Amino acid sequence: MKEPLLKRDRVYDFLAPVVIPEALLDTRHGPILYLEDITVTFDGFKALNNLNLTIGDGELRCIIGANGAGKTTMMDVITGRTRPDYGSAWFGSRINLLGMDEPAIAAAGIGRKFQKPTVFENLSVQGNLELAAAGNKGVWRMLSAPLSAEQRDAVNEVLSLVNLQAVAAHVAGTLSHGQKQWLEIGMLLMQRPRLLLLDEPVAGMTSAEIERTTELLLELAGTHSVVVVEHDMEFVRSIARRVTVLHEGSVLVEGKMQDIQNDPSVIEVYLGE
Amino acid sequence: MDYRPVIVMRMFTLLVLVSLWVAVPVSAADDPDVSFASVLAPLNTRDFEAKSRAIAAISELKHERAGIVLQALLDGSLSSAKSTKRIVLVREIETGYEVEDAVTAAPLGMLKRTELKRVSVNNKLRRQLRELIAHRALGANDPVARRKAVEAMTDALDATGRALLIKLRSTESDDDVLHAVDIALAIADLESSSTEERNDAIDTLHGSLNPLARGRLAALVAADDTADDTRRAAASALTAIEQRVAFFEFLQVIFFGLSLGSVLVLAAIGLAITFGVMGVINMAHGELIMLGAYTTYVVQLLMPQHIDWSLLVAVPAAFMVAALVGIAIERGVIRFLYGRPLETLLATFGVSLVLQQAVRSIFSPLNRSVSTPSWMSGSIEINSVLSLTYNRLTIIIFTLVVFAALMAVLRYSRLGLEVRAVAQNRAMARAVGVRGSWVDAMTFGLGAGVAGVAGVALSQLTNVGPNLGQAYIVDSFMVVVFGGVGNLWGTLIAGMGLGVANKFLEPSAGAVMAKIVVLVFIIVFIQKRPRGMFPQRGRAVEN
Amino acid sequence: MLMRLFDSDRAGSVMLTLLALLIAVVPVANLLVPPESSLHLSTYTVTLLGKYLCYAILAIALDLVWGYCGVLSLGHGAFFALGGYAMGMYLMRQIGERGVYGNPELPDFMVFLDWQALPWYWQGFDHFWFALVMVALVPGLLAFVFGWLAFRSRVTGVYLSIITQALTYALMLAFFRNEMGFGGNNGLTDFKDLLGFDLQAGSTRVALFVVSAVSLAVVYVSCRAIVNSRLGRAVVAIRDAEDRARFLGYRVHYFKLWVFTFSAVLAGIAGALYVPQVGIINPSEFQPLNSIELVIWVAIGGRGTLWGAAGGAVLVNYAKTSFTAVLPEVWLFALGGLFIVSTLLLPRGLAGLFKRSKDAS
Repeated sequence: MKEPLLKRDRVYDFLAPVVIPEALLDTRHGPILYLEDITVTFDGFKALNNLNLTIGDGELRCIIGANGAGKTTMMDVITGRTRPDYGSAWFGSRINLLGMDEPAIAAAGIGRKFQKPTVFENLSVQGNLELAAAGNKGVWRMLSAPLSAEQRDAVNEVLSLVNLQAVAAHVAGTLSHGQKQWLEIGMLLMQRPRLLLLDEPVAGMTSAEIERTTELLLELAGTHSVVVVEHDMEFVRSIARRVTVLHEGSVLVEGKMQDIQNDPSVIEVYLGE
Repeated sequence: MDYRPVIVMRMFTLLVLVSLWVAVPVSAADDPDVSFASVLAPLNTRDFEAKSRAIAAISELKHERAGIVLQALLDGSLSSAKSTKRIVLVREIETGYEVEDAVTAAPLGMLKRTELKRVSVNNKLRRQLRELIAHRALGANDPVARRKAVEAMTDALDATGRALLIKLRSTESDDDVLHAVDIALAIADLESSSTEERNDAIDTLHGSLNPLARGRLAALVAADDTADDTRRAAASALTAIEQRVAFFEFLQVIFFGLSLGSVLVLAAIGLAITFGVMGVINMAHGELIMLGAYTTYVVQLLMPQHIDWSLLVAVPAAFMVAALVGIAIERGVIRFLYGRPLETLLATFGVSLVLQQAVRSIFSPLNRSVSTPSWMSGSIEINSVLSLTYNRLTIIIFTLVVFAALMAVLRYSRLGLEVRAVAQNRAMARAVGVRGSWVDAMTFGLGAGVAGVAGVALSQLTNVGPNLGQAYIVDSFMVVVFGGVGNLWGTLIAGMGLGVANKFLEPSAGAVMAKIVVLVFIIVFIQKRPRGMFPQRGRAVEN
Repeated sequence: MLMRLFDSDRAGSVMLTLLALLIAVVPVANLLVPPESSLHLSTYTVTLLGKYLCYAILAIALDLVWGYCGVLSLGHGAFFALGGYAMGMYLMRQIGERGVYGNPELPDFMVFLDWQALPWYWQGFDHFWFALVMVALVPGLLAFVFGWLAFRSRVTGVYLSIITQALTYALMLAFFRNEMGFGGNNGLTDFKDLLGFDLQAGSTRVALFVVSAVSLAVVYVSCRAIVNSRLGRAVVAIRDAEDRARFLGYRVHYFKLWVFTFSAVLAGIAGALYVPQVGIINPSEFQPLNSIELVIWVAIGGRGTLWGAAGGAVLVNYAKTSFTAVLPEVWLFALGGLFIVSTLLLPRGLAGLFKRSKDAS
């Protein structure tokens, strides 16, 4: 038996070897994300109430719901920011999300775009993408190793994918609102994620930009699983295959857009009160 | 079987005493002043025996001035005028010695030091004087004076005193006095040769807080010749005493802690408003407290004849001064920095330096002395262990009043409503017609004004100097953050809790170490619970 | 490689050139130019300059955590003072029998307090190498433990600032106590020599100045290298959008902890260089005012530039020296005014002003 204290990586988590997420992520049983009975309470207010949600591998799912329905809290739970009071959350069938912190979840392959586009305003567009590049993000590594050729190529690929080659050298703070949204999506892609969580990706965009974003998301679906939270019904209609309606912290209905629009309980929630 | 003769002896003494009591007034009945003066005359001699007799004679007179003269003799303010050989009372004032007749209290004008000869006393006479004064006081109308007299006699109770106490017990109606008499007699009985009396005495002293009782019982336990059962009884009585003492000492520490906590709460509560409600870091908060203290100083300068009332004027004055300076700071500096807390911190720190230097230039770098009104000195003595000083008590009550007033303002006034609205959602508040900038200025003024009021209280406790504020700023922040930002109740509980904790640590760790321990505790605590004891929860806070 | 570092850092190159010039000129002007010449530099001035350079190192250390990492420490004076105490303890041990009481083993203040033996934490300080290790280790360790607790539990913004202030305040109270064994109120002073060189001698002062200047240059270059690396960009990213960085997979608290600890070590080094030049270290170095004054050097100079912080430190301290000599009571007004003006009108400091005028032309 080895001395446990000599195995420093077992004692100090920052010495632990980086786990390659693909090796762990197991989607042979279908779903890539599996939330069961998640409940989150803030001072007696139930932000999430026995939420159950399953996202299939490669699926593009839209989530809608009124303000306070629990959409953002749900994303907080998936990405490790909020710990639920009880319930379980699995990424694939092997990774337990509830035992991990935000960076670990990000490294495992879940990317999240915030409601308000958040990029590093003082760095160039290219610098933003470089920072997001997948790879070892430890302190020493960052200090000593330059960007690899592979990462450099990935930056160029993503730049063209999100249509920002022309402004690659610009400081991110000078970009338009829509461009920032794209840059943020580009940063998520640099992480080579398997699941993308996008909180209102088209808010504040012109119709041309929305069209371009729709194309982008449809392109991503299949190779990635994408969860979109959106208020813009037009946009939801244009991309959605399956839609989930959240209400008071749990799933109200789930189904095709067509069915959702005609569902009496949805109509009551949206129009009745 | 040897106690009978003792009792007989005592009864005899009592008889003598009672007969004296009755006999004396008759002999001096014709003219009290003349006989008093004649009794006083032997004090002029160097013969201490004669003086001792004179003192005994004075105390036996029923003259109204007798007590005053005895006390003066003890204090050394009784002299004889060299020219007239008359015995006089001397009071030293700035310009010389003011003299009055010892018998008639008629003023005799001013005399020089050289024209007077003090009536000297030795220790034996002093003892006699103290005893006699106490005996006389036993007949006082005020029960407190009677109790004090009994307590003064307790230490060295002789047969005469004993007889007097027994007599007093039969006529006394006040419970406190009776209790004191019982204790005094019991302490004397501890030395009794009768086992029964001793055991009775031990029973009486069981749990008594009288310091003498404790000492004598301890001596009894320690003595070699004490009988076993007596020793056991004494030990148990001693334990009971120690438990009660410990209990009251505990209460005393809590009281000290609460008064320190009140100071912390007062200093922090203004900050709790500006930091908690507005999210503004005001490093000049300490200097606003300082301004309040200096306002008190100025108010007292302006009304030197009415120091007792000065604080009543100082509280609103300090509130106004600090509030106006606060509003000026808000309008001049802070409003340009909303949403940039670190910059606000730096800018207000600059303001604090300017205010400090301004006070240094206007008043002086030295500490100013602020007088304490007479009604704040003194204390309520619950017993020999626990006494509540009026100044600490005043601070505690004052803090609670300020706290209640502030809560009322925030809860019931229009301003309070608007403050809470702006704190929760600035844009929405503006949309429904709340003038955001006006509310900011008023809130800041309110917080600053409370700091000024805290300064009035602090002026009664510490030195008023330019560095007064600096000493409290770190503490105040700790209290606010520890209690949970944006929660006035949290501030109250945190301040009181830290005060009490500090006072409990002080005896074992020393004042400075106690402070360090508390600081380190808070530093670690904040790292464990960054939002304090009573955090506001929810998603909105996280973002 | 080193050259590449300064391709885009004109101001930094200027600063390093200036330092090189000082290193060349100051020893000559002090030791070789005769005192009656107008070109002579007095030993007093040399020491004063050396002091400024120590402050500049301290300012760069703070700029690294505040300007780049966004962590406003109001307790950096504590790390400076700890480094200073470590050096002071070595210098105390060097006094040996030359103290007032002539005790070969114990410093004067311990003899005065009637202590019989050297406390355990003073052991080893008679070796220069040991003192050097402690100069870096003590502030570094304190910063590491403190930062580990603070950053892991996500204490940020003003909360962090205030608990760092409480930290230095608590240390000040502790060091004021005689029982701590650091000389209490009076601190450590009456130093005689360093590595056998007399501290009062002009040549030693010049040597200390040169060491300070070289240290400043090394500190600047290493900080610049860090800032220009991917680590530097990650740190700026964390400053600007902490959550974004975290959700991109950065363990934000490690980065902050690393920068904070490194910065504390630099502050300790600055303190160690400072103490032999001023000849005293006492608990007042811990007072919160010192740490917060240091913040204003950086703010005035321009945070997030490194050279701006160094310049600000020299400039403000030069102003302080001049003011306190002529109008001592005006200094606090001026300092207070600087705080207000720099935050209201010069949010990017003098460096920002300089950059803006360059951009405009």
